[in-house]
Amino acid sequence: MIEFLFRLLALIRKELISVLKDPSSRVILFVPVLLQSLIFGYVATYDLSNVPYAVLDQSRSPTSASLIAHLDGTGFFRRVATLQSDSGIAPVIESQRALMVLRIGPRFEQQLLEGQSETIQLILDARNSTTANSAAAAVAEVVDAFNLEQAQQRGAGAPALTLETRAWFNPNLETRWNFMPALIASLSMLQTLMLTALSVAREREQGTFDQLLVTPLSPGEIMIGKAIPPMLIGLVQSTLVLLITRFWFHIPMAGSAWPLYAGLAAFMLAGVGIGLSISALSANMQQAMLYTFVLLMPMMLLSGLTTPVAAMPRVLQIATMVNPLRYGIDLVRRVYLEGVGLSAVIPDLVPLLLIAAVTLPTAAWLFRNRLV
Amino acid sequence: MTVATTSRRGGFWSRLVALTRKEVRQLLRDRSNLAIGIALPALLILLFGYGISLDIDNAPVAIVVEDSSPTTLDVLEGLRLTTYITPVYVRSMPEATRLMDAHEVDGILRVPSNFASQLAAGQGRLQLIVHGADASTARIIQGYVGGALSQWSLRTADREAGRASTSGDAPFGNVVVEQRMWFNSANTSTWYLVPGLIVLIMTLVGAFLTSLVVAREWERGTLEALFVTPVRPLEILLAKLIPYFGVGMIGFFMCMVAARFLFHVPMAGSMWLLVLSSVLYMFVALGVGLLISSVTKNQFIASQMALLTSFLPAMMLSGFLFDLNNVPAAVRVIGELLPATHFLDLIKTLMLAGNVWPIVIKDCAILAVYALILLTAARLVTRKRIA
Repeated sequence: MIEFLFRLLALIRKELISVLKDPSSRVILFVPVLLQSLIFGYVATYDLSNVPYAVLDQSRSPTSASLIAHLDGTGFFRRVATLQSDSGIAPVIESQRALMVLRIGPRFEQQLLEGQSETIQLILDARNSTTANSAAAAVAEVVDAFNLEQAQQRGAGAPALTLETRAWFNPNLETRWNFMPALIASLSMLQTLMLTALSVAREREQGTFDQLLVTPLSPGEIMIGKAIPPMLIGLVQSTLVLLITRFWFHIPMAGSAWPLYAGLAAFMLAGVGIGLSISALSANMQQAMLYTFVLLMPMMLLSGLTTPVAAMPRVLQIATMVNPLRYGIDLVRRVYLEGVGLSAVIPDLVPLLLIAAVTLPTAAWLFRNRLV
Repeated sequence: MTVATTSRRGGFWSRLVALTRKEVRQLLRDRSNLAIGIALPALLILLFGYGISLDIDNAPVAIVVEDSSPTTLDVLEGLRLTTYITPVYVRSMPEATRLMDAHEVDGILRVPSNFASQLAAGQGRLQLIVHGADASTARIIQGYVGGALSQWSLRTADREAGRASTSGDAPFGNVVVEQRMWFNSANTSTWYLVPGLIVLIMTLVGAFLTSLVVAREWERGTLEALFVTPVRPLEILLAKLIPYFGVGMIGFFMCMVAARFLFHVPMAGSMWLLVLSSVLYMFVALGVGLLISSVTKNQFIASQMALLTSFLPAMMLSGFLFDLNNVPAAVRVIGELLPATHFLDLIKTLMLAGNVWPIVIKDCAILAVYALILLTAARLVTRKRIA
């Protein structure tokens, strides 16, 4: 048993040295993770913060000015142009100077004073329909508030109805709070999978795998020795992202560290199992890398990282069930944001361990059968 | 003199053809190349077209009615008329909390037991709890429920005003917003994800695949074997470029066919401009790939560099998923520096909005400059020398 551990430690040491001896690969394993978590933390937002807009106010009345002032008062609608005629609308939108144009008709105030409802037009650049819809919703909110205020000012008994909103786990509903915990799992996945896939392929390509075989190590031991170093590197990468999430973006961590790391270890194990299987199937490094990538892309897309799993069609939701990243992200989000313990993430842990339990023996079997 | 030039040029073409044939054969021999050049794009097209959507609808919201007065029902009536949320009526708060914990609902709307009496007294309160684990959905629910309640208040105010007007007081009309979605009449995220997909696939082939394959040749020393032949570095580079250019353009045409016939994305601008801009971007991506591989000369590092400097930024920073209008200025500047951002802007405009000349000229010029710089740099670092 002791001997087994010694052999294993020696192999792990050798693997770590072979990955980390090259200064450029040391850089590529740790610096990009830091940079990406910083940049992506800032860029990953679906929250409106800056909506350039133009106004075509044909009524030029105090009431329309008041409505426009309401928009400007939100802080994220920024007026970039005041148009004089309809012909100005198309250029300002097409050239992307303004995301939307608010068109107020000449009889705006008159109609309202007569007690008629008056339609204003909102023309949106929907080249990015998500932004356009958010902007439209924000305008609707401002107009609703404006209407109520007007009604109340004129003494109409608009009932005072307040909606008290509370958001669990993310009080200001910032996308970043959802995104950063997800990155703790995803960023490390990207490179662990590649490292693992490359490890055996590289030895095979360079002919050193045969040398490993004549050592006293059994194929199972070789596999364990190959699996542990990428897991360690992955955990270090996750820790880096975790530190940035916690101390740079100040996103409070509700859960404790040990269920998080237990979950991450299970997640890495599943990832490494997949990587080793690819490695065993590939003839050389190029194949290993390309096959990894072919697998990685759908895994990223079907993980809930950028788009919610619940918004996917049924068939694809089923496809996500074999995706370790989906469980990894869910697990980290739950522990980090919701503060749940290990027992609450069992629905994530079980599939991860199952994936590992299938892929690792498969890889070991493939090694043996390729060796003979 | 003339003879010499002719023979040199003739030599150039025959060497280039021979080398290109070798490269094409090499490309076709390894199935993993085709997996990433053809199969992955096809898979991505299907995933993006049918699976990935940023449109949220039918978000389940638990509704706890502790006060079932006619007023409450009148207030809640407004929530039925939407596809954004699906009301799930539950009996008690603990039950709603359990559903929320299990993530079976995205929000809880609670009507407290004294709602009607409080409302009559002039201060009605409703409680909305949203699950913050998905901020976008939570915001939509919040916006929608808030909107429905405002609408109800207004309707009620109108009724009261109607009564008041009989006593001589002038009522005040309501402003109604009519929205028009230009360039995306279907109002679906697929229409703007498909142009983004073209960017991703061309970056994948141009930068990732090319850098990997060429770095492999450096690593294994097979490029050195080419150096002892009479071919010149320019010819080696061109011969490497041509097959991958072809694979990238196949990916582009696959996307175009899918966009047209599967997802019915309109083609508002000129097809020729679209092809031209894609050719320009393909040169940019190939330039990145060749440059990275010539500098690193190592498969792992080259592929990681290609991922980190071109593919991931093209996905995250180009405005593909996240609108650059909403990000901090510094990050926006980084985004604007990427050729992928300009290519995306260009094809999105060409496909959805039409030939908007100021944008077309600006973005094409930027892409052309990038292509020129990158390919020249790749040519300069590729010398016939052994490292």
